[in-house]
Amino acid sequence: MSAHSTSVMVLAPHRVGAMVVRYLYLLRSSWTRLLELIYWPAVQLFVWGFLQFYIAQNSGFFARASGVFIAAVLMWDILFRGQLGFSVSFLEEMWSRNLSNLMISPLRPLEFVCALMIMSLIRLAIGMVPVTFLAIAFFGFNFYSLGLALAAFFMNLILTSWAVGIVVSGVLLRNGMGAESLAWTLMFVLMPLTCVYYPVTVLPDWLQVLAWMLPPTYVFEGMRALVMNQVFRPDLMIEAFALNAVYFGAGVVAFLQLLKSARRAGSLLQTGE
Amino acid sequence: MPPLAESAIAVDQLVKIYKATRAVDGISFALEQGSITGLLGGNGAGKTTTLAMILGLVMPTAGTVKVLGAEMPRQRYQVLHKMNFESPYIDMPHRLTVRQNLRVFGRLYAVDDLKERIAALAAELDLAEFLDRPVGKLSAGQKTRVALAKALINAPEVLLLDEPTASLDPDTADWVRARLERFRKTRGATVLLASHNMAEVERLCERVIIMKRGRIEDDDTPQRLLVRYGRETLEEVFLDVARGRGQVREAAQ
Repeated sequence: MSAHSTSVMVLAPHRVGAMVVRYLYLLRSSWTRLLELIYWPAVQLFVWGFLQFYIAQNSGFFARASGVFIAAVLMWDILFRGQLGFSVSFLEEMWSRNLSNLMISPLRPLEFVCALMIMSLIRLAIGMVPVTFLAIAFFGFNFYSLGLALAAFFMNLILTSWAVGIVVSGVLLRNGMGAESLAWTLMFVLMPLTCVYYPVTVLPDWLQVLAWMLPPTYVFEGMRALVMNQVFRPDLMIEAFALNAVYFGAGVVAFLQLLKSARRAGSLLQTGE
Repeated sequence: MPPLAESAIAVDQLVKIYKATRAVDGISFALEQGSITGLLGGNGAGKTTTLAMILGLVMPTAGTVKVLGAEMPRQRYQVLHKMNFESPYIDMPHRLTVRQNLRVFGRLYAVDDLKERIAALAAELDLAEFLDRPVGKLSAGQKTRVALAKALINAPEVLLLDEPTASLDPDTADWVRARLERFRKTRGATVLLASHNMAEVERLCERVIIMKRGRIEDDDTPQRLLVRYGRETLEEVFLDVARGRGQVREAAQ
């Protein structure tokens, strides 16, 4: 592939790499950014971990379900922090008023998206890996003991987080910084609906229909089946993956359409409020 | 005016409408390869929107823009690696050092021998002493030099500049102009420069396009404009056009 291929659909590793290096330079330059990546997952872990301790001491059911809250909180963080890692890297370009420089460079939109996905993984690893060791040290819960199922859970959660991150970035491109709060809040709509901390059967029937339209619901149900009943449900993972493929594809199409619309509206020139 | 097909930049009947505002209203011009042209106009004249359409950042409502034969923005990836842009209204990441910024942009533009290119630009634009300093800690003049280095990182064939010396002191502004002039001559690049600074345009440009309310009011060499308007400076010509006195004077003659 030539360094200057003319197709929009090209993915050139040197340009994706350039963007990843750009974000790594930024992370390296700011210890507060690094600290923030670990801070909130750790706080969440301690709140839910100690709550689980307390409930387990007073309930036979929850004593059997040891680890289910901690697994849920860690997996929710994969979903939420995965999207946030994607969106914050994108926001860095808007905060630094650098977006126009990128949009007039040979960087393709899909290369930009790839770089943001890689950064989402790197930021997630920096934030989550130390917290999983804290879970072992403080609560005796080994997240990695979920084995291969963890890979299926992770893949499905990260795909959903990227799909949401891609759409949020498109909305930011089109509407500017006025839409910034979406990056921080949109995922929380999914929290009650995807049944992070309770089974889907808790929801009223009509809301269960909506819950089953969301891939993370399958992942959290699958996690509970594994942690509480030691049963891995591949059917749930396959259904989640099929839904994710649809949402991810729709997210990419929406991003490209919003970018086109931003070019029409002139909003790539003004990326302020 | 060169034929549209052979021009470095060819703008034909270009229109941009934002909701109820006609920001650019049916303008046409063609720029010869290797030429340097000034785009003059008051606030809201449509200069920045015109530049943005040439860069492929904004989609025209009607008309066409071609850069080195590629229609913008549809065929932009044929030419974006041969173009670049500098504006004081676009920043570079503040926390990254000058060298890190230039490395990132150099890789985006697939610059060969990037290390040597950065060293050459640092020498040419006097950046060496602050290459490893974060961009956010530089003075306005230093930032402009860094932005210029970014705009020249790929030795562009087409260079667009939006008020490149805005907010600079006269000495630094003069220094920047000299570097731009040198780059244009040695590279043979086509340069389009939007500016409010008439002295700058008079010094650098061999052709001036004056815009007002989205239209081209005049388009000629600085010398011919001065003669035609019976003025001594481009600033006086600009004021005549801005205040609608241009046509009156010409009609009277």
